[in-house]
Amino acid sequence: MQIILIGLNHKSAPIHIRETLAFSKEDTRQAMNELMQMPFFLEMCIFSTCNRVEILVVSDLSAETVRQQVMDKWIEYLSNHREIDITDLRPMFYIHQNLNAVRHLFRVASGLDSMIIGEPQILGQIKESYRLAVRRKSTGVLINRLLHRTFSVAKRVRSETGIGDHAVSISYAAIELGRKIFGSLHNKSVLLIGAGEMAELAVDHLIRHHAGTIYVVNRTFERGLQLAKRFKGTAIRFDELLDQIVHVDIVISSTGASACILTKTQMKKVMKRRKHRPIFFIDIAVPRDIDPDINQLENAYLYDIDDLQDVIDINVNERKKEALRAERIIDEAVVRFEEWLKNLDVVPTIKALRHKLDQITRFEIQKTCQSIQNENIEQLYPAFEKMGNAIVNKFLHDPIRFLKGEGFHKDRSACLDLTRKLFCLDILD
Amino acid sequence: MDLESLTDILFALVLFLYALSTIWYLAFVAFQKKFLAQIASGQLWAGFCCHFILIIVTYFRIGHIPAHNLQYSLSLTVWALVAVYLFFQFSLNIRILGAIVTPISTLVLTFAFCLPKPDFVISKQFESIWVNVHVITSFIGNGAFALAACVGVLYLIQEKAIKGKRLGFFYNRLPALERLDQMEYACIAIGFPMLTIGIMTGCIYAQLHWGHYWNWDPKEVWSAMTWLFYAAILHGRMAMGWRGRRLAYLAIIGIFLVMFTFLGVNFLLKGHHGDFTKF
Repeated sequence: MQIILIGLNHKSAPIHIRETLAFSKEDTRQAMNELMQMPFFLEMCIFSTCNRVEILVVSDLSAETVRQQVMDKWIEYLSNHREIDITDLRPMFYIHQNLNAVRHLFRVASGLDSMIIGEPQILGQIKESYRLAVRRKSTGVLINRLLHRTFSVAKRVRSETGIGDHAVSISYAAIELGRKIFGSLHNKSVLLIGAGEMAELAVDHLIRHHAGTIYVVNRTFERGLQLAKRFKGTAIRFDELLDQIVHVDIVISSTGASACILTKTQMKKVMKRRKHRPIFFIDIAVPRDIDPDINQLENAYLYDIDDLQDVIDINVNERKKEALRAERIIDEAVVRFEEWLKNLDVVPTIKALRHKLDQITRFEIQKTCQSIQNENIEQLYPAFEKMGNAIVNKFLHDPIRFLKGEGFHKDRSACLDLTRKLFCLDILD
Repeated sequence: MDLESLTDILFALVLFLYALSTIWYLAFVAFQKKFLAQIASGQLWAGFCCHFILIIVTYFRIGHIPAHNLQYSLSLTVWALVAVYLFFQFSLNIRILGAIVTPISTLVLTFAFCLPKPDFVISKQFESIWVNVHVITSFIGNGAFALAACVGVLYLIQEKAIKGKRLGFFYNRLPALERLDQMEYACIAIGFPMLTIGIMTGCIYAQLHWGHYWNWDPKEVWSAMTWLFYAAILHGRMAMGWRGRRLAYLAIIGIFLVMFTFLGVNFLLKGHHGDFTKF
């Protein structure tokens, strides 16, 4: 059996190519229906996310020819169904065989191969793709086992390394800082000054963290009203800004103003009025809206876009360090999968089966001999052993013939797996 | 086995458990695994219980609360600090604080352990309920103030990281600023009434023993100053919103004041508490 994984990702192909090749659920179903007709496609699964398109295939072709054949078939399929000349794109595809494919899948699911290292969505997307394949019945023993392994490896990587810790986006970095200042963002009121995609995203995140009332200030009150409606908040007039800052906990600023809209002197008075309760400013605007010196005031914390970017850079480095530990976990998992894979062959299975029966027989013969009160029992021992061996041989004759035979063309792995399960030949893990 | 060797064994056991707990707490700070903190806190609880038994046994051996020499006073101080810490760990669950409390406890107790063994004199004059209450509340008050100072240090470290925008080693390991601030306030809010009761019962005992509530003894004067200092902190917090860095600095200054009142006065200014820290 050969495991083949062919794909392209954000490193090997530009976005417009990935967009054209992406598979919707319907596309995936159709592809499975068509490709599973091929005699050498025994099992398959397609993973398609915004950063990658990959196909995982189990085939019974020989190790030498399988890469070429599966690749040709895949390219042919894509050429027939996509309005793009695929043959030119051939170099963009990477192709992994057997354990390399296993390792690749483990790495992808753990987020090590992602554009933002350690991002958590990929695991969910792989699970979804697998579910689709299972429903289409295009998976078998190998892919089932491989994918379940993948999920547990990814889970282990996530829980045992810090790969998913530390925010790596501006808005999340801001939220994380907020939580280190306030403890919980629950019921913390937020003031949004101005508008802008990143600022609004940050407000969305804050709402998801159960922030309290959202206030919106805008130069044009109508625009403010619209935004306030979107966040189910309250619109405030621009001249009420200072009075409002007295009451809020988090200020997100993103206006197009060319000069600071809030100075240190103003803020000093405000701090006194708010009894020095802590306040967190997130200044996303360029040029900056909020006087950087405000950070010097006690209990006022100010982060501008560069500060947040610095935090992210540090966090990305942290994640890279954690990725090294993740690789070790993956190496270990690949070795274990390799062991399982090796055993899922006819010879090791027959060997294991015979070994088990031999052991049982020997044990029972010994037990019987000990329980018989006879002086000459030692002499009978070889006879018992001979009988035991004969029984084992007779018993194994049919199963071995079945396993060695060519009678189960498509389900070889499944039969071996069943045999191993039926006789409990694998140490459970 | 007589009571004396029992107390010796208990003392050594307490010290051993605190030291062990220190190691686990430091390991927790380094590796951030929850089970390390759980082991550490389990050992601290064990140490604390043994310590409590040690104090009870000593109490029965000498007939009054063991605080009449430096070794006993320091041991009781450590016990009070650990008691207040465990109380807060139970309610607020700030585990990393253990990594400050346990080393301090271990060091102070080791010092106490190395002090020469006190001659024990059974003194009838301490057999009074007022003395017992006075000693317990004063020590717990001091323990709470010491914990407030520890939290203050953590606050300053975390504040520096966030303000200075250098989110280093401690940033991830320390709790949020507001939680530290609240805990600091809670420590002082518990320590203050304890100190108040301690001073009041001391005055009552003085009246019974010497016939005056207030003798202008240096210990009394410095206690009153400590009391006023913490009263001012609490007032500032409630009326003017003193918090954050200011509160942290005040809590740290406060613990030096407390230490001077507790030890400095006895060593430098004498007075009628002098005997209690004799070694």
